[in-house]
Amino acid sequence: MIPNALPYPVLSTLIFLPVAGAILLALVSRKQEGLIKALALVFTVADFAVSLPIFFNFDKTTAKMQFVELYNWIPAFHTQYFVGVDGISALFVLLSTLVTILCVLISWKSIRNKTKEFYMSILFLEGAMIGVFCSLDFLLFYLFWEAMLIPMYLLIGVWGGPNRLYAAIKFFLYTLVGSVLMLVGIVYLYNYAGTFNILALEKLNYPVAMQMWLFWAFFAAFAVKVPMFPVHTWLPDAHTEAPTAGSVILAAVLIKMGAYGFLRFSLPMFPQASRAMALPIMVLSVIAIIYGGIVCLAQTDLKRLIAYSSVSHMGFVTLGIFALNVQGLEGGILQMLNHGVVTGALFLCIGIIYDRTHTRQIADYGGVATVLPIYAAFFMLFTLAAIGLPGTNGFIGEFLIILGGFMASKLAGVFAATGIIIGAGYMLWLYQRVFFTGVNPKVSLLSDISGRELMAIAPMAILVFWIGLYPNALLSFMHPSVANLLTRMQPGAPGGLSAFTHFLKAVFA
Amino acid sequence: MNHIYPLIPGLPLLAFLINITLGKKFIRDKAHLVSIPLLTASWALAMWTVFEVMHGRTYDGDLYTWVVSGSFKVSVGFLIDQLTAAMLVVVTTVGLLVHLYSAGYMHGDKGFYRFYAYLGLFVFSMLMLIMSNNFLQLYFGWEAVGLCSYFLIGFWYEKKSASDAGKKAFIVNRFGDFGFGLGIMLIFLTFGSLHYGTVFGAAGGIAGRTIDILGRPVGLPTVIALLLFAGAMGKSAQFPLHVWLPDAMEGPTPVSALIHAATMVTAGVFMVSRCSPIFNLSPTAMGFVAVIGAFTALFAATIALTQNDIKRVIAYSTISQLGYMVLACGVGAYGAGVFHLFTHGFFKALLFLCAGSVMHAMSGELDIWKMGGLKKYMPVTYWTFLLASISISGIPPFAGFFSKDEILGMAFASGPLGKFLWAVGAFTALLTAFYSFRVVFVAFHGKFRGTHEQEHHLHESPKSMTIPLMVLAVGAVAGGWIGIPSSLSGLFGLGHIDLVGPFLGAVVGEPHFHQALSTEYLLMGTSVLLGFLGVLLAAYMYIWNPELPGVIARVFRPAYLLSWNKYYVDEFYDRTVIRPTLWVARNVIVGVTDGKWIEGVVNGVPAAIGRFGRVLRKIQSGVVQDYADMMALGVFAFVAAILIIFIK
Repeated sequence: MIPNALPYPVLSTLIFLPVAGAILLALVSRKQEGLIKALALVFTVADFAVSLPIFFNFDKTTAKMQFVELYNWIPAFHTQYFVGVDGISALFVLLSTLVTILCVLISWKSIRNKTKEFYMSILFLEGAMIGVFCSLDFLLFYLFWEAMLIPMYLLIGVWGGPNRLYAAIKFFLYTLVGSVLMLVGIVYLYNYAGTFNILALEKLNYPVAMQMWLFWAFFAAFAVKVPMFPVHTWLPDAHTEAPTAGSVILAAVLIKMGAYGFLRFSLPMFPQASRAMALPIMVLSVIAIIYGGIVCLAQTDLKRLIAYSSVSHMGFVTLGIFALNVQGLEGGILQMLNHGVVTGALFLCIGIIYDRTHTRQIADYGGVATVLPIYAAFFMLFTLAAIGLPGTNGFIGEFLIILGGFMASKLAGVFAATGIIIGAGYMLWLYQRVFFTGVNPKVSLLSDISGRELMAIAPMAILVFWIGLYPNALLSFMHPSVANLLTRMQPGAPGGLSAFTHFLKAVFA
Repeated sequence: MNHIYPLIPGLPLLAFLINITLGKKFIRDKAHLVSIPLLTASWALAMWTVFEVMHGRTYDGDLYTWVVSGSFKVSVGFLIDQLTAAMLVVVTTVGLLVHLYSAGYMHGDKGFYRFYAYLGLFVFSMLMLIMSNNFLQLYFGWEAVGLCSYFLIGFWYEKKSASDAGKKAFIVNRFGDFGFGLGIMLIFLTFGSLHYGTVFGAAGGIAGRTIDILGRPVGLPTVIALLLFAGAMGKSAQFPLHVWLPDAMEGPTPVSALIHAATMVTAGVFMVSRCSPIFNLSPTAMGFVAVIGAFTALFAATIALTQNDIKRVIAYSTISQLGYMVLACGVGAYGAGVFHLFTHGFFKALLFLCAGSVMHAMSGELDIWKMGGLKKYMPVTYWTFLLASISISGIPPFAGFFSKDEILGMAFASGPLGKFLWAVGAFTALLTAFYSFRVVFVAFHGKFRGTHEQEHHLHESPKSMTIPLMVLAVGAVAGGWIGIPSSLSGLFGLGHIDLVGPFLGAVVGEPHFHQALSTEYLLMGTSVLLGFLGVLLAAYMYIWNPELPGVIARVFRPAYLLSWNKYYVDEFYDRTVIRPTLWVARNVIVGVTDGKWIEGVVNGVPAAIGRFGRVLRKIQSGVVQDYADMMALGVFAFVAAILIIFIK
């Protein structure tokens, strides 16, 4: 690992600057809404500025942890304050800091109730999210992981739609059940190895049967978070009811945590179990791709449709990860970022129109392209990225994943590729119903996007093209870490169906 | 020179960027003044490039590295060879003429700037497609032209039928691209590269290799070729993926000329020709390609016989002519296919632009039965339309004769299957001449049958529209003279003056079919005769015996209805694909699987669901107004979780 060489503790600043902001907001009178919003914006922008040196000073030639900070925390439990990033996590830190700014911008006028608490939640959530991506100590990781739950729960439950409490509790219970199983796994690992140090735990070789059970314990937490089929049903409710900022953070960052968990823990710690389980998980992923897509065809609610499309897109991500080859893994990581950008942007866009119409029903729209042409152009761009049009970021991710999936299992690749047909179907149909045909009287008097709203979606539009035309800017971060991960996965060991059956025999015989 | 090539697609891209960003506020109805100079420059550079290639200076080089992941490495780069050069001529010339024509045709449309922006984006994408030196960039261009087609078909998006048609084009093409994309992946897995040079250089090495498909070994070249061809079937509107092209006529007519006649739809033919080293390895795939091509040619021609919408007749005619090109590829005569692509680009674009000129004069009228006698009012449109119709009918010495004859001759010489396909093609030639002249006679001859209002406004189109017609007419007449077969040139003592065969042969090879000179003359004579027969038949039915068509339609009513209803292919897809999918999505998946089963099982044991549900209902009912309770629950859960860690 490489200690932090920057003149300030960059990762700790990233984690605690927003938390400090939240505390500062607590001291401001709730009547000073302008000040509250300005402070929130200042802190999120400052956090983004602090995160930029990671992009420019990242050493792309090594798989080692970088910008590392290590302090003793609770000696009695051998637990440390240990943070660092590698080629897998670094880019998610940057995504988190960027997305939070956009969330503040998009909430500027739409959140009028309990404004102070809202921005406190957002800032607190930002710190926790970055903490999850940076933690290299299991206890610290779990602390941040659970800490994310509270502000997110509040965002949905307080500032959400009419059905918000149902959705918030559902979100909370699903994630908590998964987390508890992960906690059991963490505790078991600690008992076994006597440390919470993730890097140390990654270096140990666990007995295969133990790997198996631990794999499933962690899988429960991560699969719910992704969310994988069939534990996806909390996501549409959470997305639909959450306020725009909540949906954006959920789509862009929070559901990436599950896939990140696979990459950081499941694969390197339980390599044999992961190889053995790769095939069933690839099958679940392909089901998610097709199932999520078909469900989209039947949706009448804008946000619900995009939420189900997330299930489909995250199916691509898990397919790529469990293809267990370079193209699959790098495609998977890139697609996590892409999905964050594109689906995040789509939720931002939906928020923009929802602020004007206060309806999410597709049938209430029509002819929006005539009334809001600039808005329509941006929405079209994100639609195209969502259906993986070459030149946009979505294409690179999907292509690498399908290629990786095809290399791991031809049938998985073929079935995953049907996702590109279904995706075009539901997204273009959605676009047609909302933007084309005659102008619905309900939208005829709306104004096109404002400068503030443009600032909230323009960065995403730039990312769509930048990643689409020059993906190496991001892929180059991943090469050493992914190669290192694959070395750890021992490509010589049996994988796929034979390993799976072998495994079942070992477990049940 | 390698810094010149990026400018050829770059300038149209610049036109797009300028118009799409500044068009709405600043440029508005001056968009053509931005686009036309840039397109002219691009055209000039393309012509210079063609000149370079004719002097043997080809090029293959990379611009920058696009994607790297493990051993997967793809660049953006250009391959400039004879095949690219032939395409460059068609794309930039027709592209420029359509830009000129649209200045008049689209004048006054509120989306004028948007129209020019999309046109620029299209030309850029098409050029990236044909100039690519690897499969991934080809796929980029392939999808991007499809996107432009989607934009332009649905240009008048307020009309539901237009936005439906655009969506349909995109999605039907995605079915083909599903195969195309898998084919590209299989190429990478087989050759370890997507660069044309590497792949085609090593193509010979995979002859005889097999791949397991559901436990059965299938020839690897066959699988790759058929997957690639699936893409071509979508883009080049081959049966059964042809259904999007007739609907694409919802777009403005200049778009139909450029995208849906001369350039984009020929991308499939171009791609198959480009991949000839792979297709040549698989007789099975080649046979399939040839049969699909011939069948599509005949199938679409029989539909064109009865359509009354002038653009739809030309659209089905395009599908039919694309069938000829695909047939040529299938018998290994790629050069002939590309030659027909070249001549077709001119005469078909001309037919469409003439149709546009008529629509312009008749305020959007499409029904040929409401026209009639237009010859008198629109002489330039009439004469150019007539020349294009003669050309497509295969009457010498017009352009279409040489290219179509080349295809039919090659098909006949290619073997026993080829002789059958020749017969299909020759019969289709008769139908082609018939339906083409049916339009000529019904729309331009006889008496005007439209409203008095329409008649009052009939006028020849402005110069900006008629000049492109006249330029294209030169191509429709003389475009074939660059490929006069030696059997004919010898007859007139001109020696060997065929430029096309040897030029394209450098890339796609020339089939070595031996055919007696007498057979060649016989075939040629037959197809010319059939062409004349078609014209005569049309004249007989639509000029001399105008009541005859109605009688025939009554007597052969089932056949007439099949043709009139396009063999019910759309209805078939609607009932077997679209409706069942939506039904399953709505009633099975959302209603039962997602709603009841998964929610039920995942939410826990049934008893718990009941309690959970009651609690939730209470919350929803609004009894719990304050979120504090919930927050307390959250904090409690968090504290509990922390405690669990320390108790262990």
